[in-house]
Amino acid sequence: MNNIIDYVWLVPLFPLVGFLLNGLLRNHVSKSLSGIIGSGTILASFVVSILIFMQVKAGSTGVVTLFNFIEFGKTVIPFAFQVDQLSSLFLLIITGIGFLIHLYSTAYMHEESDMHFARYFAYLNLFVFSMLLLVLGSNYVIMFIGWEGVGLCSYLLIGYWFKNIEYTSAAKKAFVMNRIGDAGFLLAVFYLLSKLGTVTYIDVFSKVDSLSGQDLTIITLLLFVGATGKSAQIPLYTWLPDAMAGPTPVSALIHAATMVTAGIYMIARSNILYTLSPVTQTVVAVVGIATALLAASIALKQNDIKKVLAYSTVSQLGYMFLALGVGAYTGAVFHVMTHAFFKALLFLGAGSVIHGMHHEQDIRNMGGLKKYMPTTHITFLIGCLAIAGIIPFSGFFSKDEILAAAFANNPLYYVLGAIGALMTAFYMFRLYSMTFQGKFRGTQEQEHHLHESPAAMTIPLVVLAIFSFGGGLVGIPEVLMHGGHALNDFLAPVFAASTSKMTPHAIDHSTELILMFGLMAVILLVIILAWKKFSGYQKTASEETGLGKVLQNKWYVDELYDAVITRPVNAFGKGLEKLDRFGIDWIVNGVGRSVQYASRQLRLLQSGQVGSYVLLMVLGIILLFVLQVFLKK
Amino acid sequence: MVPVLLILIPLLTGVALFAIRQEATAKSIAFLSTLVSLAIMLAGMSVWNDAAHLSFNQPWIGALNSRFHLELDGMSQLLCLLTSFSFPLIIYSTWNNTYVDGNRFFGLMLLAQAGLMGVFMAMDGMLFYFFWELALIPLYFLCSRWGGEKRIQVTIKFFIYTFLGSLFMLIGLIMLYFKAGGSFAWTDFVKLNLSSREEMTIFILLVVAFAVKMPLFPFHTWQPDTYEQSPTAVTMILSAIMAKMGVFGLLRWLAPVVPAATYQWGDNFATLAVVGMLYASFIAIKQDDLKRLVAWSSIAHIGLMILALFAPSYSGLQGIMIQMFNHGINILGMWIVVNVIEQQFGTRKISELGGLAQKAPVLTIMLVIVALANIAMPLTNAFIGEFMMFNGIWGSTATKFGMVYAIAGIITIILSAVYTLRMVQNVFYGPTTTRTENAVDIRFNVQLALAILIVGIILIGIYPKPILSMTSEISQQILDRMNLK
Repeated sequence: MNNIIDYVWLVPLFPLVGFLLNGLLRNHVSKSLSGIIGSGTILASFVVSILIFMQVKAGSTGVVTLFNFIEFGKTVIPFAFQVDQLSSLFLLIITGIGFLIHLYSTAYMHEESDMHFARYFAYLNLFVFSMLLLVLGSNYVIMFIGWEGVGLCSYLLIGYWFKNIEYTSAAKKAFVMNRIGDAGFLLAVFYLLSKLGTVTYIDVFSKVDSLSGQDLTIITLLLFVGATGKSAQIPLYTWLPDAMAGPTPVSALIHAATMVTAGIYMIARSNILYTLSPVTQTVVAVVGIATALLAASIALKQNDIKKVLAYSTVSQLGYMFLALGVGAYTGAVFHVMTHAFFKALLFLGAGSVIHGMHHEQDIRNMGGLKKYMPTTHITFLIGCLAIAGIIPFSGFFSKDEILAAAFANNPLYYVLGAIGALMTAFYMFRLYSMTFQGKFRGTQEQEHHLHESPAAMTIPLVVLAIFSFGGGLVGIPEVLMHGGHALNDFLAPVFAASTSKMTPHAIDHSTELILMFGLMAVILLVIILAWKKFSGYQKTASEETGLGKVLQNKWYVDELYDAVITRPVNAFGKGLEKLDRFGIDWIVNGVGRSVQYASRQLRLLQSGQVGSYVLLMVLGIILLFVLQVFLKK
Repeated sequence: MVPVLLILIPLLTGVALFAIRQEATAKSIAFLSTLVSLAIMLAGMSVWNDAAHLSFNQPWIGALNSRFHLELDGMSQLLCLLTSFSFPLIIYSTWNNTYVDGNRFFGLMLLAQAGLMGVFMAMDGMLFYFFWELALIPLYFLCSRWGGEKRIQVTIKFFIYTFLGSLFMLIGLIMLYFKAGGSFAWTDFVKLNLSSREEMTIFILLVVAFAVKMPLFPFHTWQPDTYEQSPTAVTMILSAIMAKMGVFGLLRWLAPVVPAATYQWGDNFATLAVVGMLYASFIAIKQDDLKRLVAWSSIAHIGLMILALFAPSYSGLQGIMIQMFNHGINILGMWIVVNVIEQQFGTRKISELGGLAQKAPVLTIMLVIVALANIAMPLTNAFIGEFMMFNGIWGSTATKFGMVYAIAGIITIILSAVYTLRMVQNVFYGPTTTRTENAVDIRFNVQLALAILIVGIILIGIYPKPILSMTSEISQQILDRMNLK
């Protein structure tokens, strides 16, 4: 093998094979075999991804074309993969964390029957396959295949327990909301094709000067519509919290390694287009920060362990969009990476808790679990510290980079971002304290069965905890360590064009240090406050009132959408059908009735035997045919 | 020789079946005949793929200077392939359905097949009209004899609609005949230089027949009723193949024959198409009867093809071509599932079904894949067609409103997800109902039929080139004739 990059197709191929094997043989494989197939294929992809990453790090990149997918006129859309710094980094995140989640699932899903166990792993593999297509594609159409593919897989996995009609409704909701975004993405593709005749990244980015400012704004906004669907931003975010209906490892997969990072990846990939359209950048930043705050505020009052984490994902994604909006592309990718570590950790930790608590998800019924589940407890705490942004945990570095860039762009972004960070610290430590500290508040039976999870579940937790702790060290800010930002150097070629077009707003070092450690000090205070307040949490019967109730009900956004969109669409469909039946069709039937009347009178002349009509008709045809064609020869 | 065989085999077998009284024998003979047609079609596309084998041209009605001229060019091949592929699959997948006077049922089916083949190959206006009617009349009998409760009323509606359309078409063809100096030859039609008034008149006369067949809003009201009331095997023919007669008519007998009028009327018809797509999609959301749901979804999907023709471009036309084939096989898949459900549970009402995924996992998986094709998921065949059509509409140089149409039309891809997934959810997921608690999974023949379709769906979805290259020349010719890039 002289150049591993030429074999990049192996990376998506392994999960695809895993999907087919588990999918087709689901009735014939044992649980352990389908677990091995499922996890093993991802591990194989991970190994190839590491080799590719090394090669890229050594300086070689490339495009591998498999065949021409769609062709019309001069336009050729190849089925091709692009290997560069950005995609190789994502490969590592997807396959690496993906593997840990698969491994974890072998234990977590053990109660399922053989067939459904295999089905689960088939879906999981398909999910990873789709995500790999998404990041590997060398053009927007191949990206779109993966883009819709992850939407489909989330549909299949959210509705995995298909007997429950609520779960399948959540699945449908996820698919439809994603589709709304996808429609925007598609329109952007058509726009690009009509203006440039190509959707291949390299060609699009090199011809970017031939696009007018207006073109760029429309294209980038349409693509961003796609991103709001996939990455759960306002206004299309409400599917993600409902996606909790799926098994917990699936949530980890959706929130950390695949799916929601797609929007970030897409914009980072298209960075030059965004850099050149300041209007869109502002929109992206504003939507990002607004989502970050909205979701964080909702998370403050949720009592379902997975819901809190779900809203925290929406909120963290908001930060990533803020970063993209202010042109801090590296910062956004950095946060994708650290977030992947700690959010996978937190979700798998939550899964471990739910497993130990026998499917209990309400944190009001937990408490004191640190005694029973020491590994889960410690790793979860690490995850919380990382997401809260405490030095030297990974989240500190990435969040700080985003906030510093936001400050340089517009101090208001920074202030809002800082408020969001404080809320994050608060709800995470509320969650942590209510779950692990204090006294156990569940039933005696639950307490009796409490246990630490098996090794297949705790090993991924430990690995992820190590990365959540140390993963930020690849991006130490200049102000703390000269040349400490290895990630920045690595990704520089991908963002080079954007960097050259941007005027750097550097903030001076002392301001940066004050902001950095000032915020962290306040965060620490908030953590202590939340810890104290919720360690001694007692169940009360009193209901939330005022703002608390609004937050608990998620600002009533679901209700709003239901009233403004879902119900009117349904009513409209019903109304149209009435119109069709009693309007257009009535006229037609009027004609029909009069003919029917006439025919009833005429029928007396006819025999009424279908057979005789047909026979006559057929004889006539044959006669014509034979006479005219063959006799004339 | 191939074209003649493709017509003669179903025609003669169809007639012969009227003499065979046993249903089982008749069915087997019919099935065999469709397989032979398929084999000949495949031979025509491979070993006999040369002008001598694919063309047939003899004098026919001398007094009218009408010729029995059949050609299997790229577009004809595609549609004849669809026809000869669909028929055996239809008979095979509905093998366990029983019919009173089964021999006549299958006889009429084969006569319809002969007519359809003729429609797709005829290069003479009179001959085209003849086959057009030959395809229609057996279906009229099939619906009225073997349909549901309201069959008579519905068939009359269907008949009047299509008959009126055909009548106008005949007048249009006769006008063309005189303008061409007493020739019905298609090759003469496309050389005509008509005044814009003449083109306009002929356009209107021809377009009605095609609009009814597809159907185009607001000529559609026969369709949901007819699809609902016909026996499913007949509904399959109506939707998988007959609907393509209309689209095919536009592509062969309308756009190249009266290009200026097609261009001029483009925006009017494109608007109708967009309105119809949205209209049908919204209505589909609220359907409880599976057949009506598929019928409305089909109106929406065909609407997109009409739109792509009236806002034309090369990408769009190629999209229509491949989508004619795709729509055919995808909707067959939907009908096969509907038929299984109706045969097993005696109902097509979504509200009475549920929980089939627990009882019939194989059916569920296959239905989900077909449903994904129905909503044009990437890597299924329909994505290729819809992508190329939307792209063509957006970039069409024939209209100023391409972008508007594309944006309005794209809403239907969201709605298609809504109604398709709603159906999947309510029929297959959730708890079982009293009707479905004893459900069993599908028989082997249905499994095989669906598996064949699914292989087609995915192969075309990954590698559409073989089909696209079949029609590339014809798409270019139509555009050239319309003076478009």
